[in-house]
Amino acid sequence: MSDQPNTLQHQSRARRFRGTVVGRLLRHPTFIVGGFGIALVVIASLIGAVVTPYEVNAISVRTLLKAPSAAHWFGTDHLGRDVATRVSHGLFISIIVGTSVVAMSTLAGAALGALAGYYRLLDGPIMRTIDALLAFPALLLALGIAAALGPSMFNVILALSITYTPETARIVRASILVLREQEYIDASRSFGARDRWIIGRHLLPNSLSPLLVQVTAIFAYSVLAEAALSFLGVGLPPPTPSWGAIISDGRSFIVEAWWICLFPGLAITITVLSLNLVGDALRDVLDPRIKSAR
Amino acid sequence: MIGYVVQRFLAAVPVLLLVAIFSFLLLQLIPGDPALVMLGEDASPEQIQALRESLKLDRPLWEQLTAWLGGLLTGDLGTSIVFQRPVLDLVLERLPLTVWLGLLSLGISIPFGVGLGVLAAIYRGTVVDSAVGILALIGLSLPNFWIGLMGIYFFSVMLGWVPPIGNVSDRGFGTWVGSMILPATVIGTAQMGLLARITRSTMLDVLKLDYVRTARAKGVSEFRVVLKHALRNALIPIVTVIGVMFSLLIAGAVIVETVFAIPGVGRLVVQSIVARDYPVVQGALLLIAGAFVIINLLVDLAYVYLDPRVNYE
Repeated sequence: MSDQPNTLQHQSRARRFRGTVVGRLLRHPTFIVGGFGIALVVIASLIGAVVTPYEVNAISVRTLLKAPSAAHWFGTDHLGRDVATRVSHGLFISIIVGTSVVAMSTLAGAALGALAGYYRLLDGPIMRTIDALLAFPALLLALGIAAALGPSMFNVILALSITYTPETARIVRASILVLREQEYIDASRSFGARDRWIIGRHLLPNSLSPLLVQVTAIFAYSVLAEAALSFLGVGLPPPTPSWGAIISDGRSFIVEAWWICLFPGLAITITVLSLNLVGDALRDVLDPRIKSAR
Repeated sequence: MIGYVVQRFLAAVPVLLLVAIFSFLLLQLIPGDPALVMLGEDASPEQIQALRESLKLDRPLWEQLTAWLGGLLTGDLGTSIVFQRPVLDLVLERLPLTVWLGLLSLGISIPFGVGLGVLAAIYRGTVVDSAVGILALIGLSLPNFWIGLMGIYFFSVMLGWVPPIGNVSDRGFGTWVGSMILPATVIGTAQMGLLARITRSTMLDVLKLDYVRTARAKGVSEFRVVLKHALRNALIPIVTVIGVMFSLLIAGAVIVETVFAIPGVGRLVVQSIVARDYPVVQGALLLIAGAFVIINLLVDLAYVYLDPRVNYE
């Protein structure tokens, strides 16, 4: 008898959890599928990186262009390197690039968007600059910047961050334009709050949810774009096992060794698709007005 | 309304100017001496000095910028180091092929994308809807260089249906179209995904409206309601994504022209990057971004015409 109130409390807590963003996400079929896909890629890569007895860049003349077998699950490439090992390590490259680009473009975008949205004087110049940057097709802008800077991981991250900052800034600005007219901002100002406090403590935290959807999108785009840049030869320098670089290596051997290209491409597709699914679910849950239409 | 048109034109001018400045700054990103980087280690000091002078790299930055902007006004986008010819000519020569490739890809993506979107909207909440949703998202997630290569392996190497390269022009029109179908489809997958998603959501909005109910009430067949009454109005908002479609098209062309060895503008950009022929990269980027600004301007103006309900005060 004594534990009955406890159970009730427990139930209501469970119900409250079901109502929260996390609770609704965990029941969202799109999120479940996307999360499953991400888990699949991560676990497979960890297994691949730990279990396979090969070094990422170990060249072996005795195993040139070998088809997939028990010894080499995804076959070997033109230098005898184990494709499974390289594809597994490729995930960590994508994670490093994706995380860094998300961090840099979100920080820069939030700062620019907040300045443009809050200070009317800065709005024009910042937005025109952003419009001009957005006029360059994303991949082409990243391609141009990365090509000028030279191939290195940092330069790829920098190029992609510059490419994805404008869109982020636009999203933050749009939410701040709405938020700054709210009464609680007036209230805060009448208490003598400084601009820095209002932007940092009120406006930016409240514009986070559209930004969160954008973050998963940027992560997905940068995985795809890094692969494309590396494929075109302006991304990560060889012998870095970036997925795009592995496909680029395999391109010349497509007729006799399809496996070099197939597996890294599958890895990219599953990763990007899963990220997009998670992004769609986030959009659904965070913004019920928009029904996953892009 | 004329006020709106004039205002839109005037707003595009500073953006175009900034686009020109950004393309100029691209050359400044090159670490070290750009002339040395472009010509390589084998160049003689005289050659490097000559290039430095012709690119005005020895002048102050603002002088370089005004020279670049002044050149643009007279149609001078710089000179290619590799080809020793004006960048504008190089781009214009390769443009028709890229335009054909783009039109072919639209010819594939528009019917399929819009069709799938309409299907998803009609069968909302059913298996069809989910299938279209997943298909569209897959289209947006596939790395285009990879499906290009896989397409070559499957359709050229295994089945022998199409040549492994694009733009095979010496064996008649049919072969040419055949050789362009695979590249165009590869570009079209992302566009198709985008179009299917947008068509679905705008169709859902329109199908809810009173006039659609009226049409049904007076006994118009469902087929006619969907295709004649609803789809026409649902297509209007799709005009707004033409800019995004253009971006996808250009990015697709860069990749696909490289994979299928099609000598268009995209391949020129990639080859110039490999050859460190930066004036070409700079000029081509400027032209593409400029075209994007003008396309968006035209889209905005077309919207005034297509949707008279929008108020432009």
